[in-house]
Amino acid sequence: MEYIEIIVATIFVNNILLAQFLGNCPFLGTSKKMETALGMAMAVIFVLVLAGVITWLIYDYLLEPYKLVYLRTIAFILVIASLVQFVEMFLKKSIPALYAGLGIFLPLITTNCAVFGVCVLNIDKELGFMPALVTSFGYASGFGLALIIFAGLRERILLARVPKPLQDTSIALITAGVISLSFYAFRGMV
Amino acid sequence: MTIAILVMLGIGATCGIILSVASKVFYVWEDPRIAEVEYFMAGANCGGCGFAGCGAAAVGVVEGKAGPGVCVVADAEAAINIAGVMGVDPGTAEPLKSLNSCSGGDRADDKFIYNGAMTCAAMTALYGGQRVCSIGCMGMGDCVKSCQFDAIHMGPQGFPVIDEFKCVGCGACETACPKGLISVKTMSQRLLVFNQEDHALAPCQQTCPAEIDIPKYIRLIKEGDYEGAVNTIRERNPLLLSCGRVCPHPCEDFCRRGIEDEAVSINQLKRFVADYEMNSGRRYPIACAPDTGKKVAIIGGGPAGVSCAYFLRRLGHHPTIYDAMPKLGGITRYGIPEYRLPDKVLDWEIEGILNLGIDVHYNTRLGEDFTIQSLRDEGYDAIFMGIGAWKDYTLGIKGEDLNGITQGINFLSTMAVAPDKKVPVGKRAAVVGGGNSAIDCVRSLLRLGCEEVYIVYRRTRKEMPANEVEIVASEHEGIKFQFLAAPTRVIDDGQGNVKGLEYLQMKLGEPDASGRRRPVPIEGSETILDVDMVISAISQQPDIGFMEGEPDKENITITRWKTFDNDPETLQCSVPYLFTGGDVATGPSLVVDAIGGGRRAARSIHQYITGEEIKGSPKSLLKRHIPESLFETVPGVVKSKRTPMPELPVAERIESMIEVDLVITEADAKHESSRCLDCCRLCYNPDQQDQNAA
Repeated sequence: MEYIEIIVATIFVNNILLAQFLGNCPFLGTSKKMETALGMAMAVIFVLVLAGVITWLIYDYLLEPYKLVYLRTIAFILVIASLVQFVEMFLKKSIPALYAGLGIFLPLITTNCAVFGVCVLNIDKELGFMPALVTSFGYASGFGLALIIFAGLRERILLARVPKPLQDTSIALITAGVISLSFYAFRGMV
Repeated sequence: MTIAILVMLGIGATCGIILSVASKVFYVWEDPRIAEVEYFMAGANCGGCGFAGCGAAAVGVVEGKAGPGVCVVADAEAAINIAGVMGVDPGTAEPLKSLNSCSGGDRADDKFIYNGAMTCAAMTALYGGQRVCSIGCMGMGDCVKSCQFDAIHMGPQGFPVIDEFKCVGCGACETACPKGLISVKTMSQRLLVFNQEDHALAPCQQTCPAEIDIPKYIRLIKEGDYEGAVNTIRERNPLLLSCGRVCPHPCEDFCRRGIEDEAVSINQLKRFVADYEMNSGRRYPIACAPDTGKKVAIIGGGPAGVSCAYFLRRLGHHPTIYDAMPKLGGITRYGIPEYRLPDKVLDWEIEGILNLGIDVHYNTRLGEDFTIQSLRDEGYDAIFMGIGAWKDYTLGIKGEDLNGITQGINFLSTMAVAPDKKVPVGKRAAVVGGGNSAIDCVRSLLRLGCEEVYIVYRRTRKEMPANEVEIVASEHEGIKFQFLAAPTRVIDDGQGNVKGLEYLQMKLGEPDASGRRRPVPIEGSETILDVDMVISAISQQPDIGFMEGEPDKENITITRWKTFDNDPETLQCSVPYLFTGGDVATGPSLVVDAIGGGRRAARSIHQYITGEEIKGSPKSLLKRHIPESLFETVPGVVKSKRTPMPELPVAERIESMIEVDLVITEADAKHESSRCLDCCRLCYNPDQQDQNAA
């Protein structure tokens, strides 16, 4: 029950993109086409779960015992970057099909602040190992959901008459704001 | 502090060690050339090449899925460097260019008032757009927005104009256009486009058997760009000097101006630019694709064979023509008399085509000097057969073996090979038949000194299949026409010579399968025509005697008209390596039909030898017309005189073989080209815009 609550909370109530406004760069950059949005969503879920778990381990078993929590940011960045590199190499050798499917999105995640943000949130909320894992998965799924909804909308916006000053990214940001408002309705659920 | 440094060093070292171990453990061998190739690419990750990023494009190049010129942003030098890495010829990269086929734009009427989103994609969603033309440009400029290179702009007439110099052929506009009007193709791909139901085609272009873009070349003539006009014609028809002289121009029958006024003299304009090039003393360069090293044998150097060889050469292949005669040109040289198509004109035209790098074996006859099988053994990748239809049908009447009887093609070719174009003829001659060969025979006979020349034809003038202009010219020259006459026997003078031709008078009965009224004999109406020479010119069939010696003859299907059975869309025969075009496939037909057939076969041969699937398009028009493009009336046309054909006076021309038809002047060409309505599928430029308002 606790995990279901976490899932609902992370996907809908505290959606990483629409409620916490993290990871807006890939949100705008890869949402022009449904196909790329799907690829990005998959890659984020994959990397975020791994990153959440590993940074939790680093923090709890390394930084905290030695009273080095102020090194959190730099250590996490180092670990996430290395992790993405490692995952890339691993997939290339072991699961070439998945590697080809994720393609260019895998290295792009290194610079995705949602990943870092979720890792930091896990620590701030002082979650245990399993809750941290489920939270990471939930946030990543929320990211994917928002991205896919947004890509679907943007594909339709292309067919609509948009006043010149508002074309392209401007209308995308406005749309994102409106979706964000609609997600506001989930507030208080959990 | 020390601990902090140590921990960070520790984390860093651990990550580094894990990664370096991982790079060994998870090492995947990758072709080192991929990195080298990627080095030469622009690194913009623009996706213009169709691959997901430069890395993927480099993999594509190394795996052979893309050519060295795949990167649309990098310059030619990069392509050469990449080709160097791959060890291939950089030339295989032919530039891609975008082309907009619609020239309608604002000229097309609107079906309804549209107030929706101003994009082509949105507009298409509403009943296919507001233009009346189902395929035309809507002018909202999705392509303009899609172009990253500033190469497309909305033109003054409401359709996009492409700047060829800026275009890199990335294909973004092709993807953006919801109507599929913009196509990004190489020169070779363009040469192989055939008319389709969903193309922007004027009625004249739909009719032309060679599918020449007629409105475009006339527009270029109007603008004074004669080289552009010649090049436009050459994309579809390499024999423009010949066609400009002998083509019966079926296109003019469908000229939209012809509905209200006299049709535009399309063929005279073609002849004008063709002659302009010849007389300018400079051959306009003809671009060829890089060499592919594929060899194709062309049997027969007539219009079909020359056309097929020309297009294959431009596609980068190596055609070799085998011809039974001492010179190329086939029926255009040996069947069309000097006064219609002078040898020196044909020589000049064929020389230009052979200069592209086509080999020829003269005086080699299929079945005697070589066979289809021997060509295959020599290593040709495909064979095109365009041997024409040179075997005259005989009349099948009594006395046909007498001296003084000959057949049409036999007579014309004997005359063509004679050194001064002179052969002995009788004093009074009859030519049986009503086609162009018959007319060629009578007009030649007259020039050879025959005093009285008759055409004997079993129907009337209206049913004659010969070109109207040819019939008129022969009437002017004093040919006598004996209509409704069917020869029944040739009369002997007792010494084995012809003394006369007996014929039965006919009357026209019910229409037959061809739609012409069937001639019915009138009993007892035998009449004798007093002649000492008879030529039968009643059509021909291909001479396929060589088939006896072919090991594959069981597999090659022949029709009952002795033509080769082929797929009308691909022209491939019942054996995959053999393609046929021209008269040997269609039976006796027009020169321009053979030229179109040569190009069609070239497309299939190109697909065959490059390992593609041989296929045409399911929407192929094949000389059918698009119903919505055929009008009943054409509002806004003001009558203006068609430029008459300049020709030598009868007295000057019937004494010799000098060319009869002359070329129009530049001023006339200007006038005639301005008569063109510049039609497209539905659009045209009316002479008078406000006729409806007034």
